[in-house]
Amino acid sequence: MKLPLYLDYSATTPVDPRVAKLMCDCLTQEGNFGNPASRSHLYGWQAEEAVETARRQVADLINADPREIVWTSGATESDNLAIKGVAHFYHKKGKHIITSKIEHKAVLDTCRQLEREGFEVTYLDPDSDGLISPAMVQDAMREDTILVSLMHVNNEIGVVTDIAAIGEITRAAKVLFHVDAAQSAGKIAIDTEAMKVDLMSFSAHKVYGPKGIGALYVRRKPRVRLEAQMHGGGHERGMRSGTLATHQIVGMGAAFAIAKEEMDSEHTRLMSLRQRLWDGVKDMEEVYLNGSHEQRVSGNANISFNFVEGESLLMSLRELAVSSGSACTSASLEPSYVLRALGMSDELAHSSIRFSMGRFTTEAEVDQAIEQVRKAVTKLRELSPLWDMYKDGVDLNSVQWAAH
Amino acid sequence: MAYSEQVIDHYENPRNVGKMDEADAQVGTGMVGAPACGDVMRLQIKVSDEGVIEDAKFKTYGCGSAIASSSLVTEWMKGMTLDEAGDIRNAKISEELALPPVKIHCSVLAEDAIKAAIDDYKSKQ
Repeated sequence: MKLPLYLDYSATTPVDPRVAKLMCDCLTQEGNFGNPASRSHLYGWQAEEAVETARRQVADLINADPREIVWTSGATESDNLAIKGVAHFYHKKGKHIITSKIEHKAVLDTCRQLEREGFEVTYLDPDSDGLISPAMVQDAMREDTILVSLMHVNNEIGVVTDIAAIGEITRAAKVLFHVDAAQSAGKIAIDTEAMKVDLMSFSAHKVYGPKGIGALYVRRKPRVRLEAQMHGGGHERGMRSGTLATHQIVGMGAAFAIAKEEMDSEHTRLMSLRQRLWDGVKDMEEVYLNGSHEQRVSGNANISFNFVEGESLLMSLRELAVSSGSACTSASLEPSYVLRALGMSDELAHSSIRFSMGRFTTEAEVDQAIEQVRKAVTKLRELSPLWDMYKDGVDLNSVQWAAH
Repeated sequence: MAYSEQVIDHYENPRNVGKMDEADAQVGTGMVGAPACGDVMRLQIKVSDEGVIEDAKFKTYGCGSAIASSSLVTEWMKGMTLDEAGDIRNAKISEELALPPVKIHCSVLAEDAIKAAIDDYKSKQ
């Protein structure tokens, strides 16, 4: 077993060896190294063919037309292009945008920037399960709303938004709908037609492809227009200039093709691994699975171990590569904004760990994780004055704390 | 982030973990911090009739640096007079543990805990 055990697949995934092999074939002189935009020779044509094959592979996973796929450097760029691109193109129609408080920073910070430019943004509060309901979106709609931007699967708690139901609302109101699908692609079925989305962001490295490449789905019918953010040679129908990185694109295409083939079996396997992990810890006192238990992606378990601080827990779990909802390392001392948006108390948010499992996670690894977590939580609770107080029946909310 | 050897040592083998009877007139208890901020320290001292700290115990909810800071000061305080303990400054704690700038607040909290425990003891006399 390779240590530390990697249980952070929501942060990134290793490139599938089958994908890496194909990428390597697009680099050296012997390989497919040409510029896909070169129209005058075989090297260019071959590279273009590889890029177009990959475009089709990405489109196939999400039931889209290959001409609706725009290559970008990753989901962050896709989010920026979608949101700023729509805002800047349609600002005469209206200046109101709807998003939620639990979006990725790539969406939230982009919206903040647009607010500085004079746009108005509504940030929806999720319910305590972390879900944004179609009714919440409906209620926030205004005459001047031009865009709704929501994530399909939340990166921290793994909850799944009902995209199709929200798509019905936005389409009926003729409002554009952007979905960040970085955490859902390859994990749950995506059908851009059935879901009625207009723009969708993707990343390769969450799906066993390489870092540094992503895509934006831009609907053709009804047509969505964007103002380009990157100007230059007019690549990607003018929406995103810059020489295409053949090896990266081939990697993303191959990764998405594998995901399409293996998604169902992987989903079943990961569901059982997640259940195994949760069953292994849930009998401890004051342990909570954060976010909806039902509307949730298979590989994610975000768990709070009350009365134990997340960072010290991570320190005890040095043999596990997981991430914490606590932000004690940052100067702000603020715990995860996502967990707080669920209405969770700060101390519970400080006590959370995100376990995310993936293609190469084994049962033995999960068992190992359970053993280590139980040991660490028990040890740290013995050190915790809050645990003492809880055991003595003290209501922690009744205590006058000196915030610092 | 990387922790210093000193922090890891105190974290792995915390000294003087425990709880004393708060009602005991010889015991001073200082509890500082807040769960919402991610750290709470409870530091207790047992003081002899001569004003010397005979024993010190702590429990801390917080990051490794917070645990190490409180563990370290319990070691230091044993055998000190109240005045000597009251002179322990956070800079000395952070220096001993080689705390990085983002963790200085942990040493500040430990200094506050010492002061609170001494105040509590004095108020009982």
